[in-house]
Amino acid sequence: MSVNQEFRPKIVAFCCNWCSYAGADLAGSSRLSYPADVKIIRVPCSCRVNPMFILRAFEKGADGVILCGCHPGDCHYSTGNYYARRRMTLLFSMLDFMGVENGRTRVEWVSAAEGVKFSTVMNDFVEKIRSLGENVRLGDLRCKK
Amino acid sequence: MQEVKNRALALLKDGTVKRVLGWRIGENTYDPEPAFFESEEDMQTFVYNNFCAANLSKYMIEASKLEGKTLVCLKPCDSYSFNQLLSEHRVDREKTYIIGVGCKGKLSIENVKRAGVKGILSVNDTDPLQVETLYGNTEVSYKAAMLDRCHVCKGKEHVVYDELIGESEDTSTADRFAQVQMIEAMSPAEKFAFFQKELSKCIRCNACRNVCPACSCRKCVFDSDKFDSAQKANVDSFEEKMFHIIRAFHVAGRCTDCGECSRVCPQGIPLHLFNRKFIKDINTLYGEYQAGADAEARGPLTSFTADDAEPSVVAEGGTK
Ligand code: FES
Repeated sequence: MSVNQEFRPKIVAFCCNWCSYAGADLAGSSRLSYPADVKIIRVPCSCRVNPMFILRAFEKGADGVILCGCHPGDCHYSTGNYYARRRMTLLFSMLDFMGVENGRTRVEWVSAAEGVKFSTVMNDFVEKIRSLGENVRLGDLRCKK
Repeated sequence: MQEVKNRALALLKDGTVKRVLGWRIGENTYDPEPAFFESEEDMQTFVYNNFCAANLSKYMIEASKLEGKTLVCLKPCDSYSFNQLLSEHRVDREKTYIIGVGCKGKLSIENVKRAGVKGILSVNDTDPLQVETLYGNTEVSYKAAMLDRCHVCKGKEHVVYDELIGESEDTSTADRFAQVQMIEAMSPAEKFAFFQKELSKCIRCNACRNVCPACSCRKCVFDSDKFDSAQKANVDSFEEKMFHIIRAFHVAGRCTDCGECSRVCPQGIPLHLFNRKFIKDINTLYGEYQAGADAEARGPLTSFTADDAEPSVVAEGGTK
């Protein structure tokens, strides 16, 4: 597939309030840039994200969805991200099983001190989604085309 | 299996149980249906034959709310579902009297048809099956008429029971995950084409949800009044578009792989493949786990370890 430079993907980033959202904040105040294609949704903890949120984002037209939380062991609620990790692993694996490119989903651990990591992760992810192009398969899994 | 009927009747008569949950004889040998029996008279229509495939454990949720004990007949695989419901506090063990019934693999009339038999008038459940058709009598081997799920049976041990009646026979001959592995080996485009072909048959009748012992929420997302549930297949709500993956995820880690979803699907969609994919992933990533085997065990999605595999590693095919 040729990379379409004009294509501006829609990216949804779920960021937990305590680490990743603060990390995004730090990226901003440190004047690090990341593409405006990333729309951040703040959640209390990464485990607040029901797997259906991810699917819902795709259904509503997202081309990529990324979940960011505190590093394992550092969750504000101590264990939330461990549960989130299992759920997302299974969900992503299932999407792959159904033939939906698994590059469209990602989980990253970003602490409040990692502004730089936040901006690199986002740049990288947007690049990846740009190369995958527009999401068509995940809009409707009834597969009635 | 007269023995099951006699024993159930005896327990009903002596007041040990208030009602019996079993199968009622249908119009033909091959269509018995789940039913409650409350009197000796009712019990005349009780049947337990090799076509009694329905998993009765889910009915115990409602029966647990009734007065008095209910006798329920559970096949080995059904006992896993019951145990799972027990661990979720959905059924009341105190109000249940379980007769573990033997199972030699259950039959399906669909498979008899699939074997090429047309115009079926009657059929018995012996080995081989004697089928009477419009075009004369014929035979179908027991194995060919057996439900697909019985070929990958997880074992003939009851995990919970009060008494056991009848013999079981091991029927598992194939690898449970072979089909999942076959799909995993496909390219993304092939996988998508495969599921597109299967899922586009869905008429959203909700049979898979209704029959599933793990699908036991009192209020289900698919019954939301926010969208028109009368014409599900035509509705464009999120729940409808993502039905299959939502259904499968809701039972992930709790599905005992009883195979009822695929058995009842009027469109023949292999719904169990989704469940089995989750089971396979859970087994490889978080250690062997059989839902329902142990009512005390913590489910894989309600527990964790600090060094679980990262999603990104799993996406690359790794496990740690
Ligand atoms: S609070 Fe950040 S992951 Fe739980």
